[in-house]
Amino acid sequence: MTGIDDLTKEFLVESYENLDQLDRDFVALEHDPHAKDKLGSIFRTIHTIKGTCGCLGFSKLESVAHVGENLLSRLRDGELLMDVEMTSGLLKLADSIREILGFIESAGNEGGKDYADVKELLVRLNDTPSINSPAAAAAEPAPMVPADAIPAEADAMAVPALCKEEPVYDGPERRVAAADSVAGNAIRVDVTLLDRLMNLVGELVLARNQVLQHTSSQKDAALLRTAQRLNLITTELQEGVMKTRMQPIGNLWNKFPRIVRDVANACHKKVRIEMEGRETELDKTILEAIKDPLTHIIRNSVDHGIETPEHRSTAGKAEEGLLFMRAFHEGGQVIIEVTDDGKGINTEVVKRKAIEKGLITSDEAGRMSEREALNLIFAAGFSTAERVTNVSGRGVGMDVVKTNVEKIGGTVDVQSRQGEGTTLRIKIPLTLAIIPALVVTSGGERFAIPQVSLLELVRIDETSSFIETINGTPLYRLRGNLLPLVYLNRELKLDSESSAGTAANIVVLRGGERQFGLVVDQINDTEEIVVKPLAKQLKRISVFAGATIMGDGRVALILDVLGMAQRANVVSRGHEAVVGAASESSMSIGNDRQLLLLFSVSGGQRMAIPLSTVSRLEEVSRTTLEDAGGTKVVQYRGEIMPLIEIAGRFGASPATAMVLDSDPARQAAEVVQIVVHRHDDRYVGLVVEQILDVVEERLQLQKAAARLGVLGTAIIKDRVTEILDVQTVVRMVLNVSEGVPA
Amino acid sequence: MSDSKQYCSFYVGDLFIGVDVCVVQEMIRYQEMTRVPLAPIELRGLINLRGQIVTAIDLRRRLQLAARSEGELPMNVVVRTSDGVVSLLVDEIGDVLSVDVSDFEEPPDTLVGVSRELIEGVYKLKDQLLLVVDPDKAADLSALTV
Repeated sequence: MTGIDDLTKEFLVESYENLDQLDRDFVALEHDPHAKDKLGSIFRTIHTIKGTCGCLGFSKLESVAHVGENLLSRLRDGELLMDVEMTSGLLKLADSIREILGFIESAGNEGGKDYADVKELLVRLNDTPSINSPAAAAAEPAPMVPADAIPAEADAMAVPALCKEEPVYDGPERRVAAADSVAGNAIRVDVTLLDRLMNLVGELVLARNQVLQHTSSQKDAALLRTAQRLNLITTELQEGVMKTRMQPIGNLWNKFPRIVRDVANACHKKVRIEMEGRETELDKTILEAIKDPLTHIIRNSVDHGIETPEHRSTAGKAEEGLLFMRAFHEGGQVIIEVTDDGKGINTEVVKRKAIEKGLITSDEAGRMSEREALNLIFAAGFSTAERVTNVSGRGVGMDVVKTNVEKIGGTVDVQSRQGEGTTLRIKIPLTLAIIPALVVTSGGERFAIPQVSLLELVRIDETSSFIETINGTPLYRLRGNLLPLVYLNRELKLDSESSAGTAANIVVLRGGERQFGLVVDQINDTEEIVVKPLAKQLKRISVFAGATIMGDGRVALILDVLGMAQRANVVSRGHEAVVGAASESSMSIGNDRQLLLLFSVSGGQRMAIPLSTVSRLEEVSRTTLEDAGGTKVVQYRGEIMPLIEIAGRFGASPATAMVLDSDPARQAAEVVQIVVHRHDDRYVGLVVEQILDVVEERLQLQKAAARLGVLGTAIIKDRVTEILDVQTVVRMVLNVSEGVPA
Repeated sequence: MSDSKQYCSFYVGDLFIGVDVCVVQEMIRYQEMTRVPLAPIELRGLINLRGQIVTAIDLRRRLQLAARSEGELPMNVVVRTSDGVVSLLVDEIGDVLSVDVSDFEEPPDTLVGVSRELIEGVYKLKDQLLLVVDPDKAADLSALTV
């Protein structure tokens, strides 16, 4: 009996594969109804299925396949031409066959459904008069294959009586039909067996690490040589076994043309799909994990992204929309892009919906960058579908996509241009089980950080001068970019020996789409580690991705970079607003650090101007100030220098802030601080309350020009500081002074 | 002829505790543990058991008893729970005992709190009581705060 079971299993596996190929062929045929080779291969596939299942006793399947075969033989012989109705009918045939196979697989029998409707449909489709000569070809579906082509298994079977006259295994022809796979050199292996092999290799890697550690201190040359050899062999074995689990992403993508066709038809749209990078290889478990997310993304693009043909032609686009999928390796990751040339994502609509659903407040919406708004589509409970269709739009789609991708350590990102299209990008690390990692020590404990998330290592010797704080968040300026810092000891509540002001080791990591710096006590080295999953009790702790056994036999925890980032709030929306506002969505005067002169205006109000606009800082006695036609001036270096009183023009309360006023009490022997600016060949003086400091900052304004003469505000040394527009101010002064009649 | 069951016994503080012998994988001496930051305090750490990473749960803390004194190293009772292999940290390991099922009694109503959750019942032995603990419940830390 085992012979038959194995045979059925083999039949099922082969048939599923063939059905997938059928789907592809049908869709391709729809675009090109004259492709004879496709017709031939389709016919052979159905014929094979019919024959085999007849031999195995699946009569229901056989009768369904038989009706399809009749139709297909006429198509193959050119008597009928493929059209939309026929394609749909044949796809229905394929689905019915798949369904019956499913019953056979799960229940062992063909299921209780009666496929009379499908058969009727096919018969009706077949009932069309031939397009060429009335001489109908005799329904001889396939050439008789001599008995010796039937493989040995059939001989061993005890029920030859079940076999009909038609041969069962079209030996050589069947191989041709499955020619897309690497026939002959390939062998089927159970995935569980491969998993076991992977585990064993993992254990071997651990043992190898331990051997290397212990022998590194030995002097025995023979031992060292052997250990080295063991090392090389293990590495190669590891690479080899990992390769066995790699499959081309094309295997997954093969299903997509059919899905796109079905969805497009259901939505009355025209869409074609193009794919690049089918041969890009992924581990089988990753393929499984992204199957559903990718399917959803595609359905979404066709349903919501691509417009109807009418809309498209009105917009000047081709009626047929394009869905472009691309996969490639980059930097230890696999990148998968899905691009459509549809209507793009309207961020205003997205924000409005998010406010409606209570996901964000209107304040937050106002402050959001384009990128943040686009990423709202991944928020739980979000959907902008005007009508919820069967296809997508039930509001559970994109956030599930994101969760599933993140579960395997990947990230998903969206870019869009309204009217032009949208691109979704999924990035996934290449392997899961054995990864290179950076080992660090902090708080007396060792931790491993997956190298795939590692960007760089920075060591700063004097933390007090390089680490700044904005709104309580420590930041480090890395080549012009603000890097939020996370202190590992603090996050994990470890004993911390370091104190502020000493050196710091910063591990720059990428968590999701954000970068942050992890401050640790000590950086050890990189090693290959085997990732062991966490026990149930630990799975709740989001900062740990797993555990591993180090070379010395002790256990070390593996940090989950994304989890760490989320916990420390460097990727939460709230925090992004702070850092984002400071670095991305705001206007910046330049990317370089500038020297600014910081001064107080009155009553604690602060302003700053670029040091480059300052000629000199002068301190003059109040008594030297003179009046000239409504403007205060002072004699300066042989010139009459007009003065502008900053507090008066820009102060919060001009009335009381006047430095220069006629109050005699205030006109004591006070000194007045003047910032001298040279404009063309004239001097202009800005009167301020007090010069505070000269600071070096990358000037980042947080608001656009608030008023005339002020460029905006920035946070300098933790204080809100207005940046004076020196040019405008100077012009104001000079116009006034020049406009005065002599 | 009455039924008998076998229990692996050990001491945790003043308590004499037994666990069904069928679920005990091994009982071994102190193993070096790696602390897990942010875990509940009952979870003392992770140990390397012949290549397998096993969670170690301190029964003293789990039963809310006073902490072990400095320098006293716990022993490991490695059990198979429904969620995998777990090591229970105990003070001293006792013998494997055969007990008479008829000597079993439900825990008294006066027993409250954590002990009530973990202790399935009591065997009246000649001169002491054997508390029966369910390893699955002992290893279940989901209700505890992190």
